[in-house]
Amino acid sequence: MTWADSFLHTLKANDVRLISYVPDNVLTPLIAGAAADNYFISVGATREDEAVGTVAGAYMGGLRGVVLMQTSGFALIANALASLIVPYQIPAILVVSERGTLGEFNVGQVMVSRTMRPTLDALAMTHHTLTDEATMPLIVDKSIKQAFTTQSPVVFILSPLLTGGNPLAAARLK
Amino acid sequence: MAAPTIDAVEVKVLSRADLTKRLVAKLTRDEAVVGGIGNTNFDLYAAGHRPQNFYMLGSMGLACPIALGVALAQPERGVIALEGDGSILMALGCLATIGMVKPRNLTIIIMDNGIYQITGKQAAATAGSTDIVAIARGAGISASQWVRDENHFETLIARRFDAGGPVLFAAKIDDKPGIGQTVRDPPLIRHRFMRGLGTGRTSALDE
Repeated sequence: MTWADSFLHTLKANDVRLISYVPDNVLTPLIAGAAADNYFISVGATREDEAVGTVAGAYMGGLRGVVLMQTSGFALIANALASLIVPYQIPAILVVSERGTLGEFNVGQVMVSRTMRPTLDALAMTHHTLTDEATMPLIVDKSIKQAFTTQSPVVFILSPLLTGGNPLAAARLK
Repeated sequence: MAAPTIDAVEVKVLSRADLTKRLVAKLTRDEAVVGGIGNTNFDLYAAGHRPQNFYMLGSMGLACPIALGVALAQPERGVIALEGDGSILMALGCLATIGMVKPRNLTIIIMDNGIYQITGKQAAATAGSTDIVAIARGAGISASQWVRDENHFETLIARRFDAGGPVLFAAKIDDKPGIGQTVRDPPLIRHRFMRGLGTGRTSALDE
């Protein structure tokens, strides 16, 4: 099973059906896998904060959801986290494919990725960096259960160590 | 404010508080209402709290995305997003998403005063060239309409909100501030909204 299949399997096991996303190369197998499975409701969003809002509304309506985004998309959602997800105690599941490290060619991605963990820490949001297919299912499964049980969001950062990173980006390295 | 002419029809400048009261009076099927930040949700709160009301205390621009999420989660329930023109200008992309997803149980009502009233009445793009209804139609929310007057609004909302969507109604409103002040307790707002939608945890603490 690929990391993406395994991830989707764990979402299913936890009744997480709504996938709201802004596309990213590394996330393609997750997005395509969800789109090919009638269990999931896939909604492409135009911005990441919009996707966060939709997942928040769905949760309150009784539908569990996850937001998929790239590192630069995370930089757009600080206000949605600080004024919606965190204060309203909404257990949103956020998945961020990590760029800006381990072979990044775009300096803007490097800079924006440095803002991610400090932002999460400032908001006291639980986050896990997933680096390994062997430990990923347990981390994701237990953390999703913890999120819904404790009424708190959780963030999974998909390291290039797990996903292999973006091949197009890797090809630009000298 | 002079009465603007849109779609070759003169549009009356209306009152947000009055329109909100008219809307709430029409909600007979426990419809969910998501009130956008600021005056929009102050007037929703002032129109009389309902268990199915959600009040935003931040996240400007996300009333429609939140309402979309509720609509997807509960396709049999009518869901209404109340939003200001400044807020929707910040999040025009969500109209494209809603036009693409086409949730039949979603209605969007835009209160358009052409200003950022709450921050000091600075002019918004809607005061000039921007037509929110034209944008919504262009995004695929094809039945969208400007509200011509109070009677027209009553006609537009005399419908079931769980079908026939998505649709956007925009009203030109005056520059009055909101008349209420929403309780500022986000977990309580979320919990009570979920109880209103039948999704909240129940315990002896609620008795």
